[in-house]
Amino acid sequence: MKRKHVLWKLFVSTLYLSAFTFGGGYVIVTLMKEKFVDELHWIEEDEMLDLIAIAQSAPGAIAVNGAIVVGYKLAGLPGALVAIAATILPPFVVISAISFFYALFRDNFVVSRLLAGMQAGVAAVIASVVWDMGGKVVKQKSVLSVGIMLAAFMAVCVYRVNVVIVILTCIGLGILRALLAGRKKA
Amino acid sequence: MIYWQLFLSFLQIGALSFGGGYAAMPLIEAQIVTSHGWLTTTEFADLVTIAEMTPGPIAVNAATFVGTKIGGIPGALAATAGCILPACVLVTLIAGLYLKYRDLSVLQSVLGTLRPAVVAMIASAGVSILLNAFWGGGTISLKETNVIMVGIFVLCFVLLRRTKWSPIAVMVLAGVLNLAISMFP
Repeated sequence: MKRKHVLWKLFVSTLYLSAFTFGGGYVIVTLMKEKFVDELHWIEEDEMLDLIAIAQSAPGAIAVNGAIVVGYKLAGLPGALVAIAATILPPFVVISAISFFYALFRDNFVVSRLLAGMQAGVAAVIASVVWDMGGKVVKQKSVLSVGIMLAAFMAVCVYRVNVVIVILTCIGLGILRALLAGRKKA
Repeated sequence: MIYWQLFLSFLQIGALSFGGGYAAMPLIEAQIVTSHGWLTTTEFADLVTIAEMTPGPIAVNAATFVGTKIGGIPGALAATAGCILPACVLVTLIAGLYLKYRDLSVLQSVLGTLRPAVVAMIASAGVSILLNAFWGGGTISLKETNVIMVGIFVLCFVLLRRTKWSPIAVMVLAGVLNLAISMFP
């Protein structure tokens, strides 16, 4: 397969996936697997799962990270760049158009009532997401995990600790745990 | 220099939002609403709503939205660049290492430790949107509670848990209900 052909195909597939995926990173990653593993057979299934794990464990948007790993795997750095461009182009165009009209839009009675009501809806969506994710943490039956969750909630919500500090602390803890586990094994 | 500030703020959001999607929300709120005051809590909630209903990751949507509002298209470009730069560097690096060594145990340990905290931070960002919806950012008391909003919230939560309605459909319903109620007092 010619390199140019791969890059073009990568651009078009990623653009299409990004433009028509609503509802967050996990959805787009699944669709990427369908496209690149099941349909095009460019990536092995096991490798794709590991690539998805990388996309999810690194910071940043999962859709962007997914595009980077797939692009990089298929065509190196140029592939990663092409995939990133294709992924951010659709939201960039849509949102900048919306934000130009936002002020106008917001002052309209109908729109402002709609948006006000949607706030309660968004809060419910977030509550439901937290319910699922929190449930998974509790199900692990790990005192440490539940402790971290409660401590982090108190810190951020009640004591207004900067989220950056909370994240860095947890990264430090995670590295420490990995080192300790490594030592136990050795 | 506003472009530089936008770039730096979103650089932090991009570098520290682990877990995708909603995980970026508390960071965006901390940077955009709390530190810089670029958006009010209401505008932030609108942003989350818009991000849910349009394609693309919430962090990229937020970068474009806030960037355009503060500094037009150049602002949007600066914010988006900042937002994706850390991922570009880190993910490429990790992918490169993985393709060479194929070991992810440290990453998985860090992720396992972060996940509960991420849940807590998402919950916390949800609480501030909830407070804004119920009390409009004013004093929190039983008398001042916006009962309609509480009702819509409860209905939406039940729909999300008990039916297969998509989040977007539930949110649209919430908006339409509030509009209908305010038109027929």
